[in-house]
Amino acid sequence: MTALLSLQSVSKRYGAVQANAGINLVVDPGSIHAILGENGAGKSTLMKLIYGVESPDAGVILWKGQPVNLSSPAEARALGIGMVFQHFSLFETLTVVQNIALIVPGRKTDLARRIRTLGDEFGLNVDPEAMVHALSVGERQRVEIIRCLLLNPELLILDEPTSVLPPQSVARLFETLRALQARGVAILFISHKLEEIKELCDTATILRGGQVTGRVDPRGHSAKDLATLMIGRAMPPPLPATVQAVGEVRLELSGLDFVNDDPFGVSLSDISLRVHSGEIVGIAGISGNGQQELAALISGEVVQPGDMIRMLGHAVGAVGVAQRRKMGFAFVPEERLGRGAVPEMSLADNALLTAHGAGLVQNGFIRRTPERAYTAACIARYDVRTPGPEAEAGALSGGNLQKFIMGREMMLEPKLLLVSQPTWGVDIGAATDIRQRLVAMRNAGAAILVISEELEELFQICDRLHVLHKGHLSPCLPTHATTVEEVGTYMIGAGKSPEVAA
Amino acid sequence: MKISFIRRERASRTAMLVAPVAAFACAIVASVVLFTLLGKAPGQALYSLLLEPFLTWYNFSEVLLKMAPLLLIAQGLAIGFRANVFNIGAEGQLIIGAIAASALPVWYPQGDSAFMLPAMLLMGAGAGMAWAGIAALFRTRFNANEILVTLMLSLIAAQVLNYLLLGPWKDPHGFNFPQSVMFPDAALLPILLPGTRVNISLLFALIASVLASILMRHRFAGFQLLVGGLAPRAARYAGFSEARAIWVSLLLGGLAAGLAGAAEVAGPLGQLQRSVSTGYGYSAIIVAYLGGLNPWGIVISAFVMSVIYIGGDNAMVSADLPIAAVWVFQGLLLCFYLAGLTFIRHRVSFIRKAKP
Ligand SMILES: Nc1ncnc2c1ncn2[C@@H]1O[C@H](COP(=O)(O)OP(=O)(O)OP(=O)(O)O)[C@@H](O)[C@H]1O
Ligand SMILES: [Mg+2]
Repeated sequence: MTALLSLQSVSKRYGAVQANAGINLVVDPGSIHAILGENGAGKSTLMKLIYGVESPDAGVILWKGQPVNLSSPAEARALGIGMVFQHFSLFETLTVVQNIALIVPGRKTDLARRIRTLGDEFGLNVDPEAMVHALSVGERQRVEIIRCLLLNPELLILDEPTSVLPPQSVARLFETLRALQARGVAILFISHKLEEIKELCDTATILRGGQVTGRVDPRGHSAKDLATLMIGRAMPPPLPATVQAVGEVRLELSGLDFVNDDPFGVSLSDISLRVHSGEIVGIAGISGNGQQELAALISGEVVQPGDMIRMLGHAVGAVGVAQRRKMGFAFVPEERLGRGAVPEMSLADNALLTAHGAGLVQNGFIRRTPERAYTAACIARYDVRTPGPEAEAGALSGGNLQKFIMGREMMLEPKLLLVSQPTWGVDIGAATDIRQRLVAMRNAGAAILVISEELEELFQICDRLHVLHKGHLSPCLPTHATTVEEVGTYMIGAGKSPEVAA
Repeated sequence: MKISFIRRERASRTAMLVAPVAAFACAIVASVVLFTLLGKAPGQALYSLLLEPFLTWYNFSEVLLKMAPLLLIAQGLAIGFRANVFNIGAEGQLIIGAIAASALPVWYPQGDSAFMLPAMLLMGAGAGMAWAGIAALFRTRFNANEILVTLMLSLIAAQVLNYLLLGPWKDPHGFNFPQSVMFPDAALLPILLPGTRVNISLLFALIASVLASILMRHRFAGFQLLVGGLAPRAARYAGFSEARAIWVSLLLGGLAAGLAGAAEVAGPLGQLQRSVSTGYGYSAIIVAYLGGLNPWGIVISAFVMSVIYIGGDNAMVSADLPIAAVWVFQGLLLCFYLAGLTFIRHRVSFIRKAKP
């Protein structure tokens, strides 16, 4: 049997960074092949070479035994290769079906129908007429996956497809992938979640520093082994569970209602919650249930006069982002590129973006030395793999940029921190590190609100949980007194049958 | 064989420097073709267009004279362009600035106060700001597109100028020409280079360049504008006010254009006339982009553009070139430059089609 795809000593260098070095890889039809590695190991780069986004500096790519020289994704798609990127490639000002029509041939009405049927079949429901900018990250990902599937690919590349999906959707995605596998479709699958890889994949190639350092059958290894293979050392120890007395209320939402003008957005109704000094409160739920709206209201990107939001002792309904930050608030948004960071700017300038109050500006002048020092400290403390403060944010690997943004906000030592998806795309070593730091901040008295779809993570670090579903917030569930199952029922709308829920 | 554009990992510095030069070369080649088709000797045309401005001191000083308003306005506009605020109506702000500055000498034609000139400059700058401020108000209050509003305000400004020159401000002893009285000496800008018409407004333009450079490179306010232009959602996330960016951009653009208008009437014109509006406000847009929206790049592009202006005047006389041909040359330059910009973020690759 000839391999579907094989790479022979493929290399790619970006300036000073050797992202891929002499990579050999063979993918057989019908195989689900995992690519494992730390942040910045070169996984996304390798996938971009296969999909024709970038071309290799050296080496050969064989498709069904024939050498190919892909110069664009369109050529890769013509061969039968589909890819879902780690950072999405949808146009925000277009609707779902318009976005899909850019790549998939066919009439829009037919496409809309096919999107619906495919969505039902694989549990990837989205409204074809929704504007993309109104969709959550999770929903955008569904659109990307649907767009690939509509082209009937023979090889499907998924770059961290599960990092923003809730467990139920992950399970359905896996069913989808197994169904595709049964039809002979090969899948290249990148994930930092080792349990998933053990469950789904039959082969795993491990990358470290741009080189292949191992090839294993993940089903025969424990997650711990895989992690050790991946990061080249043993995993950091788990978090010590401590219980501590909480201090004053730092964030209080009382009966917060929000009517969304956007027909595809979510309205919030009667949201009440409190976050005290010295605790971490989690908001679980499937993305697209009002998380974006809630985060924007708390951050001040959307202002709604009134005293339904109180922060650090003030009613902040009509107060903008800048003042809230001055009061001691910091925020990590779910979108890294274009919101949490400006891709075209250097890391140093991206530090300035929100850390300007930390002595980086004096009399309106930017102070370059402290700016660099702050950036360098963030890079060092949060183990951001990059050539240095001058690197463009857009050139960082996904997980490294996430570490940078988390670091930038945490270094501000905020009194109140709001984090969306704290460890999105971050490798397990770094994710453990970030969680430990969040807990340390809490122990030092910070109030932290975490919005995440990863239940495991929420259960690890939170003192209390709420679940957001269709714009309604569940009652408070103390983490030690609840179960994943209970949270799960709230996530699909407690008391309703699962079919009703999205 | 297939040609495709591939996005670069990062902006190419070489391409950034080569693009304007290459654009210039391409514009020359294209205009040679064009001039030949027009039946004009291309050699002669290019000689007067590009070389004659350097051949006599007088011609060269005229280049510097033109450069002052172009540079001043372009610096103001570029700040806004980098923040994605598109002030297309600098011409109107220039006209209003010129009108406001003219009010004093028109009302006090015998005035000899030392405060007259500074007051005129302040009035011109202030009026330009106010005129641009209308667009800022419309944009922030009613979300009206500033491109359209500034452009339409320019048409209104031109009509205001016409009205004043044909009616209330017409020089009674001016043989019915649509122009104001000649300004008294106290209303004229001092000459910078003796023996030429170059006045101190060139210094204003150079100072504006230094200030613009400081703003965009070293001031936090400039950084906020840049973020707003590159990634509006990041600006919102960081709490940089969009309304403020719109106001700052438009007011600075209006200030520069208004000041340039005042300097025109208080400089080479010496009175308010229709020819105060010769399209500097529009050419400055080209200048700003040719200079890569970079304050020092704009100094160079303003100079190049002034050379083309003066050369164009010469070419009309010595090479019998229609003025439209000069405009075409300017247009070609901009088109080629914009095409060249593609190469800053993209590279071309030639690929032999490999059949799977
Ligand atoms: N466009 C680029 N310009 C410069 N360097 C780049 C670029 N893209 C990636 N790199 C560098 O190449 C290396 C590999 O990046 P890549 O995105 O492939 O990592 P990854 O394994 O996908 O990591 P993650 O798990 O964080 O997504 C990183 O050091 C990154 O900084
Ligand atoms: Mg990646």
